[in-house]
Amino acid sequence: MIQMKNVMMKYDNGVVAMKDLNLTVDPGEFVYVIGPSGAGKSTFIKMLYHELTPSEGDIVINNYDFKTMKPSEVPYMRRLIGIVFQDFKLLPRLTVYENVAYAMQVIETPDKDIRPRVLEVLKLVGLEQKLRRFPSELSGGEQQRVSIARAIVNKPQVVIADEPTGNLDPETAEGIMEILEKVHANGTTVIMATHNQQMVDEHKHRVLEIAGGRLVRDEKEGSYDSEA
Amino acid sequence: MKPNVMKRHLKDSWKSLRRNGWMSVAAVSAVTVTLLLVGIFMALLMNVSRISTQVENDVRVRVYVDRGTKKSQEAKLEKQIKALPNVKTVKYRSAKTELDTIVGSYGSQWKMFSGDKNPLNNVFLVDTKNPKATIKVAKQAQKLKHVSEASYGGSTAKKLFKTVDTIQRWGVGFTILLLFVAVFLISNTIRITILSRADEIGVMRLVGATNSYIRWPFLLEGAWTGLLGSLIPMLVVDIGYSLVYANAGLTTAANGYSLFPTMPFLFWLDVALAAIGIIIGALGSVVSMRRFLKI
Repeated sequence: MIQMKNVMMKYDNGVVAMKDLNLTVDPGEFVYVIGPSGAGKSTFIKMLYHELTPSEGDIVINNYDFKTMKPSEVPYMRRLIGIVFQDFKLLPRLTVYENVAYAMQVIETPDKDIRPRVLEVLKLVGLEQKLRRFPSELSGGEQQRVSIARAIVNKPQVVIADEPTGNLDPETAEGIMEILEKVHANGTTVIMATHNQQMVDEHKHRVLEIAGGRLVRDEKEGSYDSEA
Repeated sequence: MKPNVMKRHLKDSWKSLRRNGWMSVAAVSAVTVTLLLVGIFMALLMNVSRISTQVENDVRVRVYVDRGTKKSQEAKLEKQIKALPNVKTVKYRSAKTELDTIVGSYGSQWKMFSGDKNPLNNVFLVDTKNPKATIKVAKQAQKLKHVSEASYGGSTAKKLFKTVDTIQRWGVGFTILLLFVAVFLISNTIRITILSRADEIGVMRLVGATNSYIRWPFLLEGAWTGLLGSLIPMLVVDIGYSLVYANAGLTTAANGYSLFPTMPFLFWLDVALAAIGIIIGALGSVVSMRRFLKI
């Protein structure tokens, strides 16, 4: 599914944000990416959806080899991925329904197929009653649920979530986590960067710990703190 | 592109224009002010150019025939004049007709010169293909046999040609300058509306939209802005020009010159304003958003 080989990321200002990164994520896995602030979690996530290009090494997602991929193929590669952000990144001028439908429209889904699918995912995230609301009229938790609905509406193979519960209270965060678990249960690979220790410890999955730009731990069913 | 996708883009662009609220109003207003200036100056300059051309075309060569020249010699002379380069038409006016014109214009006291006392010459009125050729044609005609004088208005004509040239050159220059200002103002305003939506474009990219898919709604929104911005200028120019034509039109017609008739002039002017608005609006959008479309 996802392969990273000898990945190194050096910014223009000379800062090395990631080095010697080698890992494989299999289809259907749930992976936490943890580590202190500035450890390189966001760099890791951004490289996955090609917002950042590694300075060295190679990333392959399905059949898309980032080294040989043409710029025109990037949007098509991104369609394999659903992305959830800490700050939701919803389109403020679109309603809840339109925000989710937009992700289907860009891949030129016929109109007749859009409505039933959008309603289905909004029901999954519990927002079927707020179709016509604008993002500014929703709470943080609700906005994040719209963001998840948008990420999964096209049935992506991978959902990448960058601190999806970072801005939310514990109760709301738990609700978001339950939705991501449901997505995972449907066979979707989930990669989630998080600071939320309780979440990682309660919902056990593979843990990748990044520190100082290196992968320092890769543990199946791991907890937030290293037991070693 | 599939027709339903285009339909979606059209719908989305219109919706986005409405939801952008004051930003859209600001962009449309900027287009309105600019196109109003463009419209007024286009109408003005095109008419100035038209009248100056009419004035210029009025300049013709008068070839005076020596008194006592026989009819057969006059016929030969007419052929020779017609054979000169750049000559378009040659019209004969007898001395009697010339005097009749003077009597018509200046009064019956000129009748005393009727008959044998007529001091005027028979004249060939020569129109040239190109107004500026009159000087050359006059000089060549002067050399022909049985020609007493060939005139073209002398320094007055030269001055007129120079003035018309200056007006037309400045007119073209000014129109180009105004269009540049229009491009700058309109695309700058649209640029600001797009800058405020950089995040939106970022999200579009991340959900897998291709660059062309992202570009279309913005391009169409720019075109709507241009089109909406051209409506008031069209109305103002149409009403304004119709009023000017109704009043000044008669005055100029009395002098033998005419403004462009309201139809089809205003139709084409409106089409030009709408086209300038739409093209600049659409291009302004596309150029402004280019920097956000990097992969």
